Amino acid sequence: MSGRLATEVAIVGGGLVGCSAALHFAHRKVPCVLLEAGRCGSQASGVNFGGVRRQGRALAELPLAERARRMWSRMDRLVGHDCEFRPTGHLRLARDEREMAELERWAKEAARFGIAVELSGAAALRARWPWLGAGLAGGSFCPDDGQANPRLACPLFRRAAAAAGAEIREGERVHAIERGPRGFVLGTEKGLEIEARVLVNAAGAWGSAIAALLGDELPSEAIAPNMAVSEPLPFRIEPGLGTAGPGVYLRQLPSGSVIFGGGRGVVDLARMRCRPLLESTLATLAQVCAIVPELARALVIRSWAGIEGKTPDDLPVIGASAKVRDLWHAFGFSGHGFMLAPAVGAVIVELVLDGHSPTSLKGLEPVRFAEPVPAPG
Amino acid sequence: MKGAPIVVVVGAGPAGVAAARRLAEAGLRPIVLDSGPEPGGRIWRNTGSGAQGLPRLPGHDPERGRHERARFVEWRERIAFYPETTVIDVTRGRLWALASSGEVDSTPWDRLIVATGALDRVVPVPGWTLPGVVTLGGAQTALKTRGCAVGRRIAFFGTGPLLYLAAAQHLAAGVEVAVVGDTSRLRDAVAAAPDLLADPARLRLGLRCLRMLRRAGVPVLRGVRGARIEGRKTVEAIVLERRRAFWRFSCDAVATGFGLVPQTQILDLLDVPFTLEETSGLWLPLLDRAGRTSIPGVYAAGDGARPLGAEAAAMAGERAALALLEDEGSRIDAGRVAQLETTLARHERFARALARAFPHPRVLEAEIADETVVCRCENVTAGDLRRAVRELDARDVSEAKAFTRCGMGRCQGRLCGLSAARILAAIRNVRLAEAGRLRSQAPVLPMPVAARRVPAEDAA
Repeated sequence: MSGRLATEVAIVGGGLVGCSAALHFAHRKVPCVLLEAGRCGSQASGVNFGGVRRQGRALAELPLAERARRMWSRMDRLVGHDCEFRPTGHLRLARDEREMAELERWAKEAARFGIAVELSGAAALRARWPWLGAGLAGGSFCPDDGQANPRLACPLFRRAAAAAGAEIREGERVHAIERGPRGFVLGTEKGLEIEARVLVNAAGAWGSAIAALLGDELPSEAIAPNMAVSEPLPFRIEPGLGTAGPGVYLRQLPSGSVIFGGGRGVVDLARMRCRPLLESTLATLAQVCAIVPELARALVIRSWAGIEGKTPDDLPVIGASAKVRDLWHAFGFSGHGFMLAPAVGAVIVELVLDGHSPTSLKGLEPVRFAEPVPAPG
Repeated sequence: MKGAPIVVVVGAGPAGVAAARRLAEAGLRPIVLDSGPEPGGRIWRNTGSGAQGLPRLPGHDPERGRHERARFVEWRERIAFYPETTVIDVTRGRLWALASSGEVDSTPWDRLIVATGALDRVVPVPGWTLPGVVTLGGAQTALKTRGCAVGRRIAFFGTGPLLYLAAAQHLAAGVEVAVVGDTSRLRDAVAAAPDLLADPARLRLGLRCLRMLRRAGVPVLRGVRGARIEGRKTVEAIVLERRRAFWRFSCDAVATGFGLVPQTQILDLLDVPFTLEETSGLWLPLLDRAGRTSIPGVYAAGDGARPLGAEAAAMAGERAALALLEDEGSRIDAGRVAQLETTLARHERFARALARAFPHPRVLEAEIADETVVCRCENVTAGDLRRAVRELDARDVSEAKAFTRCGMGRCQGRLCGLSAARILAAIRNVRLAEAGRLRSQAPVLPMPVAARRVPAEDAA
């Protein structure tokens, strides 16, 4: 659509982060327009694994994860639906002693953030979850972690944001951004122009490209986490599961289907499309059989992938641009942003409107990728 | 120097077999993959020992099947045939298949002929998920290959020539037919009659089936506007609505079908463009007359591309093979091409006449009651779909799938996708095309979690 709009805040990207930011701006009665190139939640936000876990995260993410976890418990009040969030617990598995040491290290450090996990050795692990395969060295159970339905979350946030007064424009791909006298002027491929004082870049895998339009260089690449799902099975895997090292993750839905994730699909960034890679699916399934042997008899009915941005240190880029005033970044979640996203939107809004947030973003801010200032002389 | 191209034919039904034979004749050694144990597909499959005591069924020619399979075997030396091998994924240039051993192997390909056939089309009605409700094709298969019927007293409900054929075949096999309920009206058939003469043999067969049913005193209801299948644990009766009157027929099984749906998953995975055929509501791959898709090296033939029946499928298979040979730079027999295209055009005329004689019951589909299950795999009702539109603004079937799980189950929307689109289009008051279609995702068919990858010999 062509035309010109003036607003206070423009948000680029209608994933869960962008929709959450739009909702929180709208709650604060700040005019905002969200521009989404395709449809809200059609990439990684809508088709990710659906894990709501703090366990195993980098410590820098934990303050944000803690806050997000509290939000997941009250999704009903935030977006009028629980997003099928269930606190099923999350079980992180060690396949060898090295991975077990990693579980122990994480447990010790997470305790400082008030997160308690239950560590089990091989025997205790199988006594408690007898369907686990032999050969696991141990596990760490975080009872308050859980899972939710990503296919619902983003549309629900979009709906809530629109109902609260945010303007959501789908099918508007931003291809030009300039600094104007009153902030930013964004142009879309369809000829829409948006004038905004503040710009929030929540463009996921396209986040670096959006930043680059303003000369802000932030490194990230596009990835497509690869997932597959089984037919419904009566067998009940209560907690979400994941391996400590790079490997696989899986969870059973209330419908009985089991979702498996691991490896990557293939991305076509220009066409905004991706597809799962059968080789990745098969490699994942081989590991799944070792972790939950009973699943070997099940049938896989579908596989998929969603486009996601990954940074060099696997941590998201969240906070004020180090180069451009009034530009705020929130992208590059590197395959684990779904759980954080509701809180990211809230924190960005606090930073933009209040200048500070109770939630620390230390270690996640864009400044870590800024070029070092040459030493004087 | 470039060697002979790697040519893969997916499906060994009439289209695939004919294509493979023509390719073998030309000296290309095609790889033929089929999920069945023998070539021949559903129509020419081995009837098996269970069916030996059967009387001759109308429209069923086991001799023809034997002949076609034997002809294929003659070419065995020049065709690399892999039975019980199911294609589960494909990209441009590579294809993955699952063997019955549970092993997944892949092969590169230069040219691909997709001849994957069609499945029965189903329209959900109340009670259609009860045990005892089967598709027309399922009932036929049980009869032809195992010599057993799906019930002792079967009601046939749907529309299309197969409805009458399947009912008459069961009658001939000594099974009681409770009723034939057809959603099309007699005047549809009358209007289409002149064009049905395009294929006198099939028209004669249809009339013969109808005569058999009449003679046996089977009630044949045309112009059925609604149906309900009743039963506590299994099928006990079907209630058909016609001219605001309800007719109840007790039965212990219902065979239902509304024509065929091409199985286009492989073409879809290759990004072949599709177009909606408004009259049938089917999404069909865009092909030229020879069966070429717009993706280089990809051809489609048979009921998996255009449901025209077995005879036409064999010709389309051969036509696609000739196109492939031509694209490889071979000289092809122009006379044969003209002959095939003329006959195929006649089959297409006949298919259009059939579509007029047995139109798809759009209203029945659009007005499926809220409490009726549409997606049986995930237990999603028509009401759930309508709620997804009203409450979450689901704009097309893909969004409705994401919000309701409709089409996410074992059949991957093969059964429910078209009905879901119709329901969505109706409640949003948009054209059917705007409701979109469910896109295919690998695996093409369910694959065991225990599937093992055999190392690719040609690993690139």
